[in-house]
Amino acid sequence: MADSPSQNPERKSRYTSGRGIAGAFEGETVTRRRLMEGTALAVGGIASAAFGLPALGFALGPIFEDTTPTRWQGVGPEGDFNPRTYVPRVINIAPNIGDAGKTTVYVRRFNPRQDKVIKGEDPQPYVAISTRCAHLGCPVRYIQASGKFVCPCHGGIYGFQGQVEGGPPVRPLDRFYTRTSNGTVEIGDRFSVNSELRRYSPRDPSNHLDGLWQYLYPARPTT
Amino acid sequence: MKLPAPPRFLRPSPPRPGGGNGRTARENGGHLPAPPSTKERASEAGASAVGWLDERSGLSPFLRGFLYRKVPKGTNWYYTLGSATMFAFLSQAVTGVFLAMYYEPDPTRAYESASHITNDVFLGELVRGMHKWGSSVMIILIFLHMGRTFVFGAYKYPRELNWIIGVILLVLTLAMGLTGYLLPFDQRSFWATVVAVNINASGPIIGPYLADFLRAGAEFGGTTIPRFYAIHMLLIPVLIAALIGAHLYLVAKLGTTAPPWLKAQKKDLLKEEI
Repeated sequence: MADSPSQNPERKSRYTSGRGIAGAFEGETVTRRRLMEGTALAVGGIASAAFGLPALGFALGPIFEDTTPTRWQGVGPEGDFNPRTYVPRVINIAPNIGDAGKTTVYVRRFNPRQDKVIKGEDPQPYVAISTRCAHLGCPVRYIQASGKFVCPCHGGIYGFQGQVEGGPPVRPLDRFYTRTSNGTVEIGDRFSVNSELRRYSPRDPSNHLDGLWQYLYPARPTT
Repeated sequence: MKLPAPPRFLRPSPPRPGGGNGRTARENGGHLPAPPSTKERASEAGASAVGWLDERSGLSPFLRGFLYRKVPKGTNWYYTLGSATMFAFLSQAVTGVFLAMYYEPDPTRAYESASHITNDVFLGELVRGMHKWGSSVMIILIFLHMGRTFVFGAYKYPRELNWIIGVILLVLTLAMGLTGYLLPFDQRSFWATVVAVNINASGPIIGPYLADFLRAGAEFGGTTIPRFYAIHMLLIPVLIAALIGAHLYLVAKLGTTAPPWLKAQKKDLLKEEI
């Protein structure tokens, strides 16, 4: 009914000739002018996309690629470490940028009596705690006297296992994979843990791993 | 002594139809008008160059309309805060361009090149100081300008779009402050950037992706400084310049508002007249 020419022939007809447009061809539904407009816009759009999309992908690439390949770094002979207290060691987490790429890890031997083993996870021979605060990434330090990790920026406090005991942090301190090779302790990739010390792929500081909050912070596409 | 002929652009242009006094030499009593002396031509060169530009661009009516537009009664010094902010931006742009001639956006060289600018380069301390302190001045001026606009009610119809553009300019300027803070690459820069990027990471859903974009990876790495540098000196300045253009266009098109106390007076006057 809407296309019926009897209602309002100038506006309702799907043919340009029926709409009374000058120079219309028989059976034509789109004017040449309108077609050229659309073509010019489409060509402009394609040309912009042809340089814009690759450039955008180029800038966004680091989100989708693993920029920290696995590598194991020796931090000393097994005899340097004990199960009772942490020993600080410096490792490289970003190559070729000097001191800015280095970070401190606190390493101790795994103690089956106080470190519970999570079901379904192979226990690491050494516990290597990252000094990156789980609040906003400041460097925490281990206080020997109290057996706690303390962050200088906003007062985050972590217990001996790296679990949150006070302040703003949202999850325990990250850890690193460890192994021994020819009597040397080696540190591997970072992983994050939730409040039960269950392993997760490495997350940014401030990203929750417990309760409903964890669903607001997706894992990296590369992990 | 005969002087050589002046260059073409200094010679008087031939009379145009409808131009000048419209009289030919015969109507002038058989005498050609005396050709202007070299001194006269030289003194008119500036004016003729401006005229040449103006005839081809039509700039002067635009500039006259923009610079000599009518402003409401009661316009006062608070109305200059926007221009002050723009000059702060221009100062940042100029000093930034020249700082870029000595700065090296590389994690192993950034700190040394910044120290080199301050300690060794002629006037380097001054230019870097202007850029550093100027950034704070610009932010303070933006907030004063924004406060003036808010208190005077100048954000109301039909100027809402200009308020929105202004808010985007504010956010871009704060982003300039954030990205510029890393570049000296001392301890304060590094840890402030670590914390700032992780604050970005704390945003739900897109936060982690945003942080990886800013850092160019999961950890602060070799391409983080070049990335911040490119955003700081290319991406955001272009956006700010374009939006300042739009902001000024709307100011010229819509005009400025009178201070609110004048509006109140006008209403009383109207009542008395009735």
